[in-house]
Amino acid sequence: MKGRVFKYGDDVNTDVIFPGKYTYTISDPKEMAEHALEDLDPDFVKNVKEGDMVVAGKYFGCGSSREQSVTCLKEAGISVVIAQSFARIYYRNCINSGLPPLILEDTSEIKDGDVLEVDVEAGKITNVTSEKTYMVSPLPPFVMEIINDGGLIPHLKKVISHGR
Amino acid sequence: MTEKILGRASNQEVSPGDIIDATVDLAMSHENTAAISKKFKKIGVPAVWNPEKIVIPIDHCVPAASEEYAKNHKLIREFVEEQKITNFYDIKAGVCHQVLPEKGHIRPGMLIVGSDSHTPTYGAFGAFSAGIGRTEMAAVYATGSIWLRVPESFKIIVEGELPEKVSAKDAILTIIGELRADGCNYKAVEFCGSTVENMSIGERMVLCNMSAEMGVKAGMVAFDDTTRAYLDQRTEGEYTILNSDEECTYEKTFLFGVSDLEPQLSCPHTVDNVRPVHEKEGTQIDQAVLGTCTNGRVEDLREASQILKGKKVADTVRLLVIPASTEVYKEALQEGIIYDLVEAGAVICNPNCGPCLGAHQGSLAPGEVCISSSNRNFRGRMGCKEAGIYLASPATVAASAVTGEITDPRGV
Repeated sequence: MKGRVFKYGDDVNTDVIFPGKYTYTISDPKEMAEHALEDLDPDFVKNVKEGDMVVAGKYFGCGSSREQSVTCLKEAGISVVIAQSFARIYYRNCINSGLPPLILEDTSEIKDGDVLEVDVEAGKITNVTSEKTYMVSPLPPFVMEIINDGGLIPHLKKVISHGR
Repeated sequence: MTEKILGRASNQEVSPGDIIDATVDLAMSHENTAAISKKFKKIGVPAVWNPEKIVIPIDHCVPAASEEYAKNHKLIREFVEEQKITNFYDIKAGVCHQVLPEKGHIRPGMLIVGSDSHTPTYGAFGAFSAGIGRTEMAAVYATGSIWLRVPESFKIIVEGELPEKVSAKDAILTIIGELRADGCNYKAVEFCGSTVENMSIGERMVLCNMSAEMGVKAGMVAFDDTTRAYLDQRTEGEYTILNSDEECTYEKTFLFGVSDLEPQLSCPHTVDNVRPVHEKEGTQIDQAVLGTCTNGRVEDLREASQILKGKKVADTVRLLVIPASTEVYKEALQEGIIYDLVEAGAVICNPNCGPCLGAHQGSLAPGEVCISSSNRNFRGRMGCKEAGIYLASPATVAASAVTGEITDPRGV
């Protein structure tokens, strides 16, 4: 996958990714996408394109368990989230929603607007703009399977129907 | 503790780093049950794995604030009926993390998951309790199991006697300020030491509840006589005590002394931005919130009423008091606490999550400042990104409500 980078800092929390005031009033994923990162980067929604990527510092997605903070990015077109570390629930929510989360020890060289080419299965990130390549630990096979199936629900559906 | 509980839940010996398939003992979802039920239906199984192991309270925005909320609540009631879920608490019960222990659902040794980030609260009873997302909860409802990575364990020893008007909240804020928001990310944390041993169940719940704010997968306190006394009144269900052994090892151990601790605050806009109250004294406030799953128990309301009794809330301040559950509310009524609070000028709201997450009641306006006994102060948390939230103990909230500015409760 190839896309442009939206770069953010450390400790980006779920309240700024998807404000709590919308948690129970918006249920349509497309509408969730309209509020993505509203309290951190109001221009994100205007500029994001299908396939773009979010790159951040440490502890991305800390705070609430609200899954809309993953759904809104995915629906906005984000194809992968790369961070130095993730908050636990956010990391699991990414996997379960089929949005690959990659952990890159140091994201400081990647700048806002850079174009990346990412091979999730191989754990390879190529910065087309700066011509640098980074290797990250690939996700375990069973996690990749969930992501490739489009998330936990379609994955489970597949497993259950095969089991019968 | 973690390895024992997760070992039992997965029928094998486990070590940190292992990925296991664990059987869930209890699953809790609140108002997000509406969304979960939609996801559940997509999986294609007709019934939940075990309706008796699911607990559903409606607590985040009750009574419904709008048609949207009302539709959500209706969907939850329909799901509950269709799936024959008996442990259902409609709007009159209160906040999930208070209601579940009160109703005897929480027992030591259990593996509990909840679709709420403050689910580690139940670790106060010697259980392993972790927050998960909606999709994951739908999968648990279908299968009763979940994949988990066995976390490494940290030990946090708290020693000393808390000074007067300094509480468990001040202790945990200090710990979070020191270890930072991601200091325990993906770890299991055990709180121990003489301070914790002497704490009430409610105080232990404060520690475990707030441990979510340093990233834990589970925060825990070992089972002891205090736990037993609470459980004896709440449940006849059997349980297995799975405390840590003396010789077990921890990835890291931290020691905190609290004998000289002074009241603490989380300053805007992160929970780990912790300062002593005296450094911020004089900061004008517009709203004070006393309640939530962190500090909305009767002991919290009692502490606040002792400060507020015979005094008046400052004219410039709106003090919102939200008992965490109906049981708390009734106790506070019987003791006369509610009368004293109302007399002082507090507005009493019905038990619910209320303004904590900006979903219901008590939203802030741009430029306003709130002091709250809740657990999170991220930008926009109380409905307005241009407002500031300070987190503090019930005593500090009450003292500040009286003076209209951030105030050290030891001087009031």
